Amino acid sequence: MALLELNDVHTYYGAIHALRGVSISVEDGEIVTLIGSNGAGKSTTLRTISGLLRPRQGTVSLGDKRLDGLRPHQIVQLGVCQSPEGRRVFARMTVHENLEMGAFSRKEKTKIASDFERVYGLFPRLKERTAQRAGTLSGGEQQMLAIARALMAAPRVLLLDEPSMGLAPILVEQIFEIIKTINQQGTTVLLVEQNALMALGIANRGYILQTGEIVLTDDAHKLAANPEVKRAYLGG
Amino acid sequence: MDQIVQTFIIGLSNGLIFALVALGYSLVYGIIELINFAHGDVFMLGSMIALLLISGVFGVTAATSPLMIVIIVAAVILITMAVTATINVTIERLAYRPLRNAPKLAPLISAIGMSFVLQNIALLIAGPANKSIDNVLPSVNLLSYIGVNTVELSFRQVFVAVVTVPLLIGMSWFVAKTKQGKAMRATAQDPDTAGLMGVDVNRTIAFTFLIGGALAGAAGVVQILYNNVTVWNLGFRFGLNAFTSAVLGGIGNLPGAVLGALVLGQINAFSDRYVAANWTNAIVFMVLIGVLVFKPTGLLGQQLADRA
Repeated sequence: MALLELNDVHTYYGAIHALRGVSISVEDGEIVTLIGSNGAGKSTTLRTISGLLRPRQGTVSLGDKRLDGLRPHQIVQLGVCQSPEGRRVFARMTVHENLEMGAFSRKEKTKIASDFERVYGLFPRLKERTAQRAGTLSGGEQQMLAIARALMAAPRVLLLDEPSMGLAPILVEQIFEIIKTINQQGTTVLLVEQNALMALGIANRGYILQTGEIVLTDDAHKLAANPEVKRAYLGG
Repeated sequence: MDQIVQTFIIGLSNGLIFALVALGYSLVYGIIELINFAHGDVFMLGSMIALLLISGVFGVTAATSPLMIVIIVAAVILITMAVTATINVTIERLAYRPLRNAPKLAPLISAIGMSFVLQNIALLIAGPANKSIDNVLPSVNLLSYIGVNTVELSFRQVFVAVVTVPLLIGMSWFVAKTKQGKAMRATAQDPDTAGLMGVDVNRTIAFTFLIGGALAGAAGVVQILYNNVTVWNLGFRFGLNAFTSAVLGGIGNLPGAVLGALVLGQINAFSDRYVAANWTNAIVFMVLIGVLVFKPTGLLGQQLADRA
């Protein structure tokens, strides 16, 4: 059974039918990427998984637990945490406080302390800036903070929404290396990206989303080699 | 000189009471960007409840022993805070939460409606006339013990500080240091993301109203013991001052609300003393308009821009 499963999910923004029967499954230990152009419904999919939007039809489940209908904080407690699009760090809180917010629903103090060490190990830049307000960080540092913050929830599934957005290419490579490391350390990742080339480079499998529908799914290297995918998303 | 010092002391007492009410405006605005127009009326209900408890339930008069008065006043503060906190949470649940995703004007109108409802409840129960209680706090001039007789620092004024200052300090500590306080700050900055981090946003908002209501209740008790009088539309005058304090300090900014309240307290006292009490509300309105026109972010408003 898949760890995270979306089955025929339909989500609406008011009258707009944003997701039209999306089915995605993510196995334990995988990196799965969801690729699509602007407005295809990638963020909507993640917002639906996290409970910020409610599907009008279809189910979202984590293992044998249904997530659809739960509120965002309940979904975090079950082990799905999201690093949202546009980073959305708490600008007026320090780096340390942002990370504490990530661990908000956890109680085991010693494990939280060791997770602080873990994320500071992954992102040494954040350790240097632990007392600095998040709003004063550079874009790349904010992105690192957003990912680190989500990791502090010790999620079974980490949802990443456009971690490469607006970053210099060298930073993008760094971030993707870190995502790979996080996955190797045992966290399942669902990665939403516009940078399809990079995303398919680290993912096991990929889904292509077009105007709210999954139009193609395959192993990541096969998608990367698919001529249609290349033409539409890989710029060649 | 003595007169100026005297006016300053009166202004300080006013300001401390305003501060408790102003915090409620600022807390709520900070978290859901709503000007809670009913907040001044919650404060008014606090003073009515305190009046009922002191003279009705406990039957305190000027003849009650000092020890009993201390115990009763402490009990009245706690009970009133609990009741006004409950009222405020109920208001949020009934009048604001159903409109959470509606255009901003809708909860604002709902807040004005709640204000009328609360005023009319008070009018119905307490009637249109001023309600007053015996002066239960000793009216001695504490400065006379050190040989100063030209300036009065009354026991009542010290009492105001004794109640308000620890509440203000406790409140800032709570918001800065506790987990619940951090949840409030995170929700204020970005409710969706706070939810994604595991914060129960609805509960946090309700909790903010709880704190705001409790502070307004404490302010209500302090005001009835300080001025010995309350009336159904008291929330308007205090609400105007407290709201102006919050705006002056930078709405949503808690230290700013306290600073604004201390300034407003002085403006009230000096206007009452040197201009005319009739003009005080007009002057407060002028301050409000001036701030909104020339420095809408207030004295301590948002210095750090949120970056996307």
